[in-house]
Amino acid sequence: MKRITLALLLAASLAPTAHAVEYGQVQADKSRIDFAYQQMGVKMDGRFRKFTSQLSFDPAKPAAAKASFAVALDSIDLGSSEADQEVASKPWFSTQAFPHASFVSSTVKALGGNRYEVAGKLTIKGQTRDIVVPATFATQGATGVFDGAFTLRRGDFSIGEGAWAKFDIVANEVQVTFRITATPK
Amino acid sequence: MTTNRYTGIAIALHWLMAIGIVGLFALGVYMHELPLSPDKLKLYAWHKWAGVSVFLLVIVRLAWRVTHRPPSLPEHMPRPEQWLAHAGHHLLYLLMFAIPLSGWLMSSAKGFQTVWFGLLPLPDLLEKNKEIGDLLQTVHWALNMSLAVVVLGHAAAALKHHFLSRDDVLTRMLPKFAR
Repeated sequence: MKRITLALLLAASLAPTAHAVEYGQVQADKSRIDFAYQQMGVKMDGRFRKFTSQLSFDPAKPAAAKASFAVALDSIDLGSSEADQEVASKPWFSTQAFPHASFVSSTVKALGGNRYEVAGKLTIKGQTRDIVVPATFATQGATGVFDGAFTLRRGDFSIGEGAWAKFDIVANEVQVTFRITATPK
Repeated sequence: MTTNRYTGIAIALHWLMAIGIVGLFALGVYMHELPLSPDKLKLYAWHKWAGVSVFLLVIVRLAWRVTHRPPSLPEHMPRPEQWLAHAGHHLLYLLMFAIPLSGWLMSSAKGFQTVWFGLLPLPDLLEKNKEIGDLLQTVHWALNMSLAVVVLGHAAAALKHHFLSRDDVLTRMLPKFAR
């Protein structure tokens, strides 16, 4: 009897922290979106400096999780200002007409362990595609850290038209990796 | 007659590199002015591939030079002129070595790794760093301008030997079929 009471007490004391933590306050300074691609066999990389995100994730209820991102495309950093200006132009992101890329999750599936699968819609340059993004979740003290990666084909979104449309110089596949750090709401 | 001539290998390396250096120089000046385009990226890649190739030739050439004594300068040359010729040749070797190295370093610092013919990645010697990249671009340019000056002096000296001094300094570096 004593033992059961103790167990219940323990469970009661753990329950609030174990089950009702919803991560939703994104820490912009500890979150980043990077990408990598091949240019004539050379691995290149870059990142987006600015993006906003809405997030709600309770590890106990992953199916109810939601995530959305808006990436400021003119915050791109390719390592040279000449390249940054080029990709803002019409053949690439056309940032004047389409300043943001967005992702809105539709379903989140728990794959077991700390692995999840986030399905949603990715919109770039006015074109929307369904994508599935594998991600992991880990806690570091009070914060939750989401890591994930997916590959997009720039051709699907008309990123790089005209002279750039062929993939012999700049490859079609772009590997996007992200790390989102969030604290409980 | 053959004792006062460069070896066939030395002659081949000299002219192969002359073509390579003039071509790379012209390509470098031309591609730098182009607006960003797939063609520009292609030319940059070719410039780097050719640059690496010439760099390898420089190493082969240095090894050949160290192990094979070149024919001596004509007796009639005054001491200061001989000294100038030696200094010029040393400077040429130094620049032939430093220029591709500065290009390689610049590529590393600018975050564009060099992958020889798109197949063999060269290690990045520096971390990506914009300031260092820009500085190395200036260094690469300045070294090339220095090379241009020294090469012009080198060619002028060769012509002077041939047409004014009428010695064999130029002809002993010409391949057999050109003599």
